[in-house]
Amino acid sequence: MTATFVGMPAFPIAARAALADTQLRHNLTHATHTIRDKRARVVGEVADWEELRQAGADLKDAALLDLARHLEQLEESLTSGGAVVHWASDAAEACRIVADVAKAHGADEVVKVKSMATQEIGLNEALAAEGIAAWETDLAELIVQLGDDLPSHILVPAIHRNRAEIREIFRSRMGASGRPAPDDLTDDPVELANAARLHLREKFLRAKVGVSGANFAVAETGTLVVVESEGNGRMCLTLPEVLVSVVGIEKVVPTFADLDVFLRLLPRSSTGERMNPYTSMWHGVTPGDGPQEVHVVLLDNGRTRALADRVGRQALRCIRCSACLNVCPVYERVGGHAYGSVYPGPIGAILNPLLRGVGDDAQVDSLPYASTLCGACYEVCPVKIDIPSVLVELRAQVVDARRGRRRPKAEAVAMRSAAWTFSDARRLARAERGSGLIGRWLTRLARLPGPGARWTSARDLPTPPRESFRAWWRRTRESGS
Amino acid sequence: MTARDEILGRVRAALADASEPPAASVPRRTPEADADVVALFCERVADYRADVERCSEAELPERLRAALPEGARVVVPTDLDLDLPGAVADDALSAADLDALDAVVTRARLAIAETGTIVLDHGPGQGRRAITLVPDHHVCVVDATQVVADVPDAFDLIEGAGVLTWISGPSATSDIELDRVEGVHGPRRLHVIVVG
Repeated sequence: MTATFVGMPAFPIAARAALADTQLRHNLTHATHTIRDKRARVVGEVADWEELRQAGADLKDAALLDLARHLEQLEESLTSGGAVVHWASDAAEACRIVADVAKAHGADEVVKVKSMATQEIGLNEALAAEGIAAWETDLAELIVQLGDDLPSHILVPAIHRNRAEIREIFRSRMGASGRPAPDDLTDDPVELANAARLHLREKFLRAKVGVSGANFAVAETGTLVVVESEGNGRMCLTLPEVLVSVVGIEKVVPTFADLDVFLRLLPRSSTGERMNPYTSMWHGVTPGDGPQEVHVVLLDNGRTRALADRVGRQALRCIRCSACLNVCPVYERVGGHAYGSVYPGPIGAILNPLLRGVGDDAQVDSLPYASTLCGACYEVCPVKIDIPSVLVELRAQVVDARRGRRRPKAEAVAMRSAAWTFSDARRLARAERGSGLIGRWLTRLARLPGPGARWTSARDLPTPPRESFRAWWRRTRESGS
Repeated sequence: MTARDEILGRVRAALADASEPPAASVPRRTPEADADVVALFCERVADYRADVERCSEAELPERLRAALPEGARVVVPTDLDLDLPGAVADDALSAADLDALDAVVTRARLAIAETGTIVLDHGPGQGRRAITLVPDHHVCVVDATQVVADVPDAFDLIEGAGVLTWISGPSATSDIELDRVEGVHGPRRLHVIVVG
């Protein structure tokens, strides 16, 4: 049984635990800085990068703002290519469809391409409950699965693990699910990658059913696209007799030519390469080549809820490159687990509340606050998702959803009393005189008393000025003239 | 109500207030007239730590023999127009059969200089997808006239109606500390021979 994100604590509590883990912080700093530099180098090569980002945003908007038509077109072109199209409103429906396909072929195992959608719906756990083993074949996903761990990054789910930890996981766990790691395995990444190659090869060669997601789904042609590095994706998409792809409805792009823009944006933003090693495109069933039975599950699971949010719907443009994670000062320090979701980092801080709604779950409601609003995520986003603006909007939605609860938050009380003070000139003058007196007494304000202490526990408060602006104006401009 | 109708209904309701989508303007650079796209392609392929070389049509048979280890068992597409004595034609070989072979030789549909990418549409001389995947060593013969400047130029020439595989260097991973390592599940060696 693998670990799950269910029941994770709210972000501030989870973040505190993560910050105390010095090994984790070391691993994260190293990894995020490596990938950040690589990305900056290859993005710098593209003279028209800003125009390309705008084109990416516009093409995704064109797909999303006319989504119903594009989905109907996608269904038609998939079907004409020989694929069986299923629709799933939620995670449970999607998992049941995949399990039914596997069972129809008597399969007790499936091989999986790395896919965010299948993680989001908890497919591996659902298949395990039906007696079907789901083998993750991406190296990082394999590390996470063998270690009974949780993913902490969209692109590199095992980013929180260093090479020594990975060697230990391979040595102690590989044998239980197939070919064991070589006895003399060192922590050299080349050897570790080779151990994964040997361990998974027998699974690829015998697999009857493959499961994938898709990076893009072309409405016009019914082409599905998987972008990857290792070749595990190609193995799963090519060798099994049956292929099931779980595709979020927001993955649709209108035309085949639109892929041009995304294949220029995604690899440079994601792994910091000019192009990723392997991109597979397929259209239904190809006689004599690859799976002869192809299923596509079109998944909602909260996407239509996000689509209804006027400000937040831009999050559905996301092409899962994870550049926003790598530059985020919060992610860099706390890592992915603290976000309590398969979608961590800045994009997770908006995507989770948008997909699941605010006001019901304290963990989800804590996520829009997991940011300094510095804007680095917006700057690197290849499809120009204005994450800071969406965060601010979602904070307002969280406050609105919680308004009128019996015990108001200290922040709400403070805001209400500030509004009362600012709404009357005499009250404001009295307050200013009071704070001026405090300013005269104190040289530094490190801790507020009472409920204010929670605010100052992580922030310094500037000392109030001895004289207010209004008092200064009266003294220098009005009395003298 | 089916899940399909439910989802499409929710999509329409969610977009009741939506405005007209913007028209995208896709940037595209025209390469300079004297740009040597073939040289750039070779440089970019080499950046991925693949082997790459240029030769004339006459030199090709010799170069192909030299690219493959002595006694290597090589699979080729049934319609490959290259002379490779002892090669095994892909007569619907099983995955296990392919796994027992050492190398594969194919042609390509086109190549992209900017990104060092080979595009296979699995047409003439390229075979089905599995043959360029399971063996550990892929030798790909590209004609110099097949090299285009950038990704948009490639999309001018291909269609979405079949299977396509884009290959940029050997199989690789950055999953361990984000350091790139060549060679996981796909061919660990990629050798590109550009003819002409």
